[in-house]
Amino acid sequence: MSAETAQNARGSGGASLLSDQRFRSLFFQALVIGLFGAFLLFIILNTATNIEKRGISTGFDFLAAPAGYDIAISPFFEFKATDTHGTVFWVGLLNTLMVSIMGILAATILGVVLGVLRLSPNWLISRIVYCYVEVTRNVPLLLQILLWYSIFLGLPSVRQSISIWDTFILNQRGLIVPEPIPTDGFMLVPICLVIAIVGSFIFSKWAHKKQDETGKIYPVLMTSIMSIIGLPTLAFIVTGFPLDFAYPELKGFNFQGGLSIKPEFTALWFALTLYTAAFIAETVRSGIQSVSHGQTEAAEALGLKPSWTMRLVILPQALRVIIPPMTSQYLNLTKNSSLAVAIGYPDIVQSFGGVTLNQTGQAIEVIFITMLVYLTISLVISAIMNWYNSRVRLVER
Amino acid sequence: MSSITDQKYAPGEHPDLPPPPGSIGVVGWLRHRLFSSVGNTILTIIAFFFLFKVGNAVVFWVFTGATFTGETQDACTQGGACWLVIGDRFHQFMYGLYPQEEYWRANIVFVLMVFAIAPLLFDKLPHRGKFLIFSALFPFAAFYLLSGGLGLETVDTANWGGMLLTLVLGITGIVASLPIGILLALGRRSNMPIVRTLCVCFIEFIRGVPLITILFMASNMLPLFLPEGVNFDKLLRALIGVALFSSAYMAEVIRGGLQAIPKGQYEGADAMGLSYWQSMRLIVLPQALRIVIPGIVNTFIGLYKDTTLVSIIGLFDLLGIAQVAVADVKWRGLAPETYAFIALLFFISCFSMSRYSLWLENKLHTGHKR
Repeated sequence: MSAETAQNARGSGGASLLSDQRFRSLFFQALVIGLFGAFLLFIILNTATNIEKRGISTGFDFLAAPAGYDIAISPFFEFKATDTHGTVFWVGLLNTLMVSIMGILAATILGVVLGVLRLSPNWLISRIVYCYVEVTRNVPLLLQILLWYSIFLGLPSVRQSISIWDTFILNQRGLIVPEPIPTDGFMLVPICLVIAIVGSFIFSKWAHKKQDETGKIYPVLMTSIMSIIGLPTLAFIVTGFPLDFAYPELKGFNFQGGLSIKPEFTALWFALTLYTAAFIAETVRSGIQSVSHGQTEAAEALGLKPSWTMRLVILPQALRVIIPPMTSQYLNLTKNSSLAVAIGYPDIVQSFGGVTLNQTGQAIEVIFITMLVYLTISLVISAIMNWYNSRVRLVER
Repeated sequence: MSSITDQKYAPGEHPDLPPPPGSIGVVGWLRHRLFSSVGNTILTIIAFFFLFKVGNAVVFWVFTGATFTGETQDACTQGGACWLVIGDRFHQFMYGLYPQEEYWRANIVFVLMVFAIAPLLFDKLPHRGKFLIFSALFPFAAFYLLSGGLGLETVDTANWGGMLLTLVLGITGIVASLPIGILLALGRRSNMPIVRTLCVCFIEFIRGVPLITILFMASNMLPLFLPEGVNFDKLLRALIGVALFSSAYMAEVIRGGLQAIPKGQYEGADAMGLSYWQSMRLIVLPQALRIVIPGIVNTFIGLYKDTTLVSIIGLFDLLGIAQVAVADVKWRGLAPETYAFIALLFFISCFSMSRYSLWLENKLHTGHKR
């Protein structure tokens, strides 16, 4: 293009505007907003007419209306059919959180163990773990949940319950374990636990400072473990074992006493744990493998003990690689817990998003609230993990 | 041995000695990998014991104690698995409630599918170009064959089921989510704040909620969103949900690829005077997509497994039809057998896909690996 024509192009109005990037971008964004707004308007108008035609009520009044159905699993507070849909929401939310947190704990422990075993020099062990990981990862989770549920329902009936030392009872209605009943003075134990944790925290801060100043190393880990386990135990013994157990007893057609863990919960928890543990195992394995062998050799050359090599050199570097994918596994587990709906575990999707939706017909409000819960959980978990991640991140210049 | 030790050699002339017999061959391998220390030996013994116990139980349940022939459940008396239910229900597992006399149409689709997918997977195939045209035409042909019309008997989508429906959901999901995912990924990296915000909100929203709530939304709320009289059938609603869901994940995979392309490539395209879409189409996307093929395959594996969720909203995919079989009074208490069979089908397909993804990763990395 010669200079003359370029000047011409710049001179003539329309062409200059079109070839101005800022104008184009403004124009395009205005277009996008317009289209998006029109789309929203289209949906809202349609929804309004449809709701009116079908006589669906709107608003959040239904939260105060009685639910009219029972929830089988509500471990944190008593739920009656006369309670409101708002209470259903809290029961569902607590059930979701309960299975997610227990799943995350169990899956982390199992996953880390499996990930380390996968790297074991023992060929047989690493092969077994490899098979486990591949099989679990490649079968849909929903199928695994249903499979576990069918296995738990296939257990013997109440009359033929499997009893382990008359303490644990296993039958098709679930697992019944002794219920701990705290008596006078038990409160001292959790108080001691909190004191021990806070104390260990302060001690480790102090020890770090001392180490920075003088180079002297204090046994932080051992002291912390000892005090966190020891102090509550001591309090427990001193107050004279203030804990009774209610053992399950067969009365009539069912067991009385004890804590009954329903097969819905167990099946969901098992499946979530086993499935996620396989993914966590792979994450842990790749994280440990990502630390080059030179690091180990260098640590040995510096004369570090093997346990220190692991704790001070390998793990901090591996954690950096492990944490981001681990976060997404935790989020996946929480979101996957919504599959509870398939086996009737009353989590938020099954009770609130399922039964309440069908009873009230207020799909928009119910699904909106349900989604909001998961979005909040996702944001909170990622915020916590991001905070932790920023602490262990490699500090570069 | 003595002949070697007795002989005298000039310095540096000594021949290499063979490695000690215990460190090579089968014995060496066993020593090194199974019995290298006391702890290791104990682990090996425990593992052997475990394998023996579990293997024994599995072999009994699957083979020696299982029943393969017979008509009703009464034939299953040996204590192992009762595989008769699989044989009885096999057609349903494959085609769902598709009318029996039209099975040939589904079969043709299965065969055509192999020919349509093969050229996409392997770039060394002869006549790949012609096959690719066929791949592009395949979805239309498959839709025509499966739903009927124009001389073929119409089959309602409510009757599609089993493996057929799982494949339809999986393949439509991936085909729909790839272009949407590309647009979302480009939008997320765009300089225009409004476009970027919209894309980020959409992606993060979808990734923050479980698929089941999106399917609930698609099946309960979509009818409310549409004008009166317009109604999608159940399958289409599920497909929209699945496609939206996987497009958000796809967008994140593709964004990874876009970020991996060096800035020089973008600047080079600009310097050539290419427009935004030209530079994306000709320079950036071909490179970015190539890098993320393994990621796309992994997303597809996830999507394929997630299609089982449509059974919750009442479609009879492979898992949905298995639940029907489990509820059948003719075959009581055979849930483990049925689910194990379905699990095997899923395992075979997902495992081979993940192997393919690994193979591809190795192939694409050639020359870059340190």
